[in-house]
Amino acid sequence: MDFNLNDEQKMMRQVAAEIADEQLAPKAEAMEENREVPADLLGFLAEQGYFGMFLPERYGGAELDFVTYALTIEEFSRGSAAVALVVSVQNALVGKPILTYGTDEQKEKYLARVASGELVGAFALTEEDAGSDAANVQTTAAKKDGGYVFNGHKLYVTNAGLAGLFLVVARTSPEAGAKGLSCFLMERDTPGFTVGERFDGMGMCALDVRRLEFENCEVPADALLGAEGEGLKIALASLDGSRIGVAAQAVGIGQQAFNEAKRYAGEREQFGRPILSFQAIQFYLVEMATRLDAARLLTLRAATLADAGEGFSAEAAMAKLYASETANFCANLGVQIHGGYGYMKDYVVERFFRDARVTEIYEGTSEIQKLVIAGKLLKG
Amino acid sequence: MLDYIEYEDFRAEVRAKVDEIVAPHAAAVDADDHIPNDVIKAVGEVGWFGATAPVEYGGLGWDTVRYAVLVEEVSRASGSVGVMLAVQGSLITYPLQKYGTEEQINEYMPKFASGELLGSFGLTEPGAGSDAGSTKTTAVLDGDEWVINGQKCFITNTKRDWPCVCFATVRTDPDKSKGVRGVSSIIVPADAPGFNYGRKENKMGLRGSDTSEIFFENCRVPKQNLLGELNEGFKLFMVALDAGRVSIGAMAVGLGQAALDLAIKHAENRVQFGKPIGTKQAIQWKIAEMATKIRAARFLVYSAGALKDADFPYTKEAAMAKYYAAQVGREVAYDAIQVHGGLGYDKSYPLERIYRDVKVDEIGEGTSEIQKIVISRNILQIKKK
Repeated sequence: MDFNLNDEQKMMRQVAAEIADEQLAPKAEAMEENREVPADLLGFLAEQGYFGMFLPERYGGAELDFVTYALTIEEFSRGSAAVALVVSVQNALVGKPILTYGTDEQKEKYLARVASGELVGAFALTEEDAGSDAANVQTTAAKKDGGYVFNGHKLYVTNAGLAGLFLVVARTSPEAGAKGLSCFLMERDTPGFTVGERFDGMGMCALDVRRLEFENCEVPADALLGAEGEGLKIALASLDGSRIGVAAQAVGIGQQAFNEAKRYAGEREQFGRPILSFQAIQFYLVEMATRLDAARLLTLRAATLADAGEGFSAEAAMAKLYASETANFCANLGVQIHGGYGYMKDYVVERFFRDARVTEIYEGTSEIQKLVIAGKLLKG
Repeated sequence: MLDYIEYEDFRAEVRAKVDEIVAPHAAAVDADDHIPNDVIKAVGEVGWFGATAPVEYGGLGWDTVRYAVLVEEVSRASGSVGVMLAVQGSLITYPLQKYGTEEQINEYMPKFASGELLGSFGLTEPGAGSDAGSTKTTAVLDGDEWVINGQKCFITNTKRDWPCVCFATVRTDPDKSKGVRGVSSIIVPADAPGFNYGRKENKMGLRGSDTSEIFFENCRVPKQNLLGELNEGFKLFMVALDAGRVSIGAMAVGLGQAALDLAIKHAENRVQFGKPIGTKQAIQWKIAEMATKIRAARFLVYSAGALKDADFPYTKEAAMAKYYAAQVGREVAYDAIQVHGGLGYDKSYPLERIYRDVKVDEIGEGTSEIQKIVISRNILQIKKK
């Protein structure tokens, strides 16, 4: 497998790195404090094509591959992991599934607006009793007059406050277990649909994560994405792709923790010399760099498989599992190398420490990644 | 001393009191970045600020293991309140008792013991963190007064709305080549002329506990405020930090125990795939590992405390306890979040606070890296050629 980037990929990585350093990093602290990604920044990213990365040109998309998506999310995450996640969700959990499973009408209706950023999207799967056990979704979409009536709730829906369009997984057949789930495209202003209380987390504070409520909320039949009973399949396949994004995000967080720690260690003098000259600090940085390389290669392998049209589910799970552990490993040592300063909000490693933690939780906990990997690895 | 079981009744009493006077405020203490004065008064009333101070000065006269249990149990509810007691007991009343003159002890000990005065330990400076010998703050005698100039940072127990006193480490021998051999400790009340608080630090955790810069600008205190011998400040802060490491270890054990308790409850009650998640081997093993680590860390802490109480050398053991307990505390809090999934990351649930709070235990009062230097120096004997 060839991990050499082609010229376009190299250029895209460079552009994303510049955006991270010039547009995202300087605003990250304010975004965290104000608990939002400013609309003009979202507009800028959409304008630059980052909201339609996988989409064909005819919808205004950039038609990029998974490798470029991973490189972009990694670079963005160095500046702001929260912004990177907004972008990742929009592409992997909104644009991509509509492109893959949508009817021509659905694609015409939504994709150009998704790519332009007019419609920010959100992906709603998790519920109170359906976390790791995603098949246990209780929200119902009962058939009525040729359409569906929704009742229930969703939790931890990223981008919910900004989103105009929601991919919602709901139960269309109470008896059929996982196969009774279907995926729908729900617009924000649908009567009976409420975007509820905001989630306040330890990190990723700029993300707008909310609860959704459905109360006798009616959608037409053509809101169904894919076939009835395919909901969980669509959700899980989409998550396979987005895990490459979360893995890349984790690599980016870890990489920037490394960059900051290396810089600080070179500048900070104790005992009459830079702490970088101490073997213990050097070896910390070496361990960080080694794990980051491994995590990045795992991520690029999954992306390369996805681009080749091969199965990549276990590989994406491995990348996400390992990269999220690596992000936390690096963020912790990043703080440690900074000493007391690392515990203060004036230094970005403090934020990385909190942001990194969720990468082992969302879009499938590490335990779920292990289940996915075991399922492939130990089959037969 | 089998298993320290004899301390369990004592622990139960402390825990009941903690549940009454500390635990109900813990979430607000973090969210508001402030410990209400009523909480400090309540802690003062039960005598915990003077846990190890002699009874004749209003203290409780507890041994170090009892004190460790106290810090552990208070931290189990609130790291911010726990660290206040860790500083007051180990870095203030203990060195005061050991090095203070009769006048100093008479004047200050009862007030520290009752909590009427909070003590802070002014050692760290912007350029003197792990390298404590680089202290730049100076104190010069002018007649009957010390005149202090310089800056301290990351100083805990600097509560602006409460009377505070700082034990400041200052350079009293102008010959800088003497390093730590030229520093002394001076008692500086926060209302002394020329004593100014700088910025209150905006920290990841322990947000209720005030951590500040202190600026001394021609700050004047009486000559007799010198604590311990002139130019022997190094000895004093090393002795204080040995004790402090036991209490920071205890704090980490308490925070880790709190995380473990939440994880156990969640594993028993959270149903996924039709069964409590505690029926899954992955979760069972996590819990087993967490509980084992906490037990090991707790005994390291108590054992260091018991050595101190028996007047044995315990520098190495205190460093081991602090280093290991802090690491275990963080790892256990990390794993407890994992057991909880999204809920563990939720600010309306106490776990993310515990994780933020416990991280400082690998940094404050000597980073883990410094502990490893202390430990290895006490083990390795390399022959000089």
